[in-house]
Amino acid sequence: MTYVRRAWIVFQKDLLIERRSKEQTNALLFFCLVLLFLFQFALGPDRDRLAAALPGLLWLGFILAGLLALGRSFLAERENDCWEGLRLTPGDKSAIYLGKLAGNCVLMAAVELVLVVLFGVFYNVDLWTPAAPLALVLALGTLGLASVGTLFAAMTTQARARELLFPVLLLPVQVPVLLATVSATQALLLGQPLADVAHWLKLLAGADCVYVTIGILTFEFVLEA
Amino acid sequence: MTRVLGWLAALGLLAGVAAGFGYAPREAIQGNVQRIMYLHVPSVLTAYLAFGLVLLGSIAYLATRRPGWDRLAASAAEIGVLFTAITIVSGSIWGKPTWGTWWTWDARLTSTAILLLVYVGYLMLRGLVDDAEARGRYAAVVGILGAVNIPIVHFSVKWWRALHQPSTILGPGPSPIDPAIGLALLVNWIAFTLLFAYFLARRIEIARLEET
Repeated sequence: MTYVRRAWIVFQKDLLIERRSKEQTNALLFFCLVLLFLFQFALGPDRDRLAAALPGLLWLGFILAGLLALGRSFLAERENDCWEGLRLTPGDKSAIYLGKLAGNCVLMAAVELVLVVLFGVFYNVDLWTPAAPLALVLALGTLGLASVGTLFAAMTTQARARELLFPVLLLPVQVPVLLATVSATQALLLGQPLADVAHWLKLLAGADCVYVTIGILTFEFVLEA
Repeated sequence: MTRVLGWLAALGLLAGVAAGFGYAPREAIQGNVQRIMYLHVPSVLTAYLAFGLVLLGSIAYLATRRPGWDRLAASAAEIGVLFTAITIVSGSIWGKPTWGTWWTWDARLTSTAILLLVYVGYLMLRGLVDDAEARGRYAAVVGILGAVNIPIVHFSVKWWRALHQPSTILGPGPSPIDPAIGLALLVNWIAFTLLFAYFLARRIEIARLEET
């Protein structure tokens, strides 16, 4: 069985579980909707203030949804000794990491798509014009969040107080991703061209490469025993 | 050996206090407030040294699986958090009379605070995993990621904003620091490094005793 195929099987398994149970997707979509209301209540009806805070709120929404979604990445494996099954998989364990990461990215992308549309409708902002560059920022940011999130989730699943430990561990590490994505999103929403945020995109791309590499290199140590 | 290190550190600190308060001149513009620097700068350098050792210990533990490396990483992380906290608090005390505020979201302040949070998370993880062997592995992964993340945090926060003066000692060109101030700083830095070595030796000893 090749490396890619092993990663693909893990990916497919996660998607299949999600498609059949719809456990996370439903709850996450509802969570996003609730978030929109909360943001609105927290900031009041002032339209200008909302527009100024929008990039930050958007990413806060993604991160909060991501914390819930990513933190559960390995919960399914805790039941029926599936963790043992993963460990017994022959060959390089990083294939499992990549499969899990791909699954998490797809889940996050689905949530983000819905959240972006909801933001556009409820807060009356034009997200359609800068859609293509925005999608690039979203993709890079999501990969950064999911790559570290998947790695940490595998660890915190085995720890006590994991719901608490996961955000405490993940959020400080993710500050660069948050800063870069919020700044880039802000510039794009103000109508600046993609070239103006090139330095942020490079930083994001570089951070993604570093995070995924560390994930691939260290995942086997997390999965052991 | 450890005891000798402790006495050396104590002597060094005494010399540091003497150099900082007696030998070094009063700074022309800031006055005596500037003397906080003799605590602030050695603390942050020691913290960086500590986090460097966390990275070293983490990589070495994953490679060799000797518990000694894990004890080194854990002990260094704890002391690193202590010195980072001292850096932030002393910087705050200096910032109030100088900048007029305890805290500002300047690039360096922010990245130092993030550094503190990352390693507090590291220590929390250690506290919440019961199996010693798994704790070592997980902590090592976080220790490596946390250290590699430092330059990424640095650049992201730097582009975000800046108010702290750029690094004076490590910057290019001849140092604009008065030689007397520079010497006082050096004495304190050596004293803090000795103190760090003493703390580290003691902490590793305690960690070893805890495990048996």
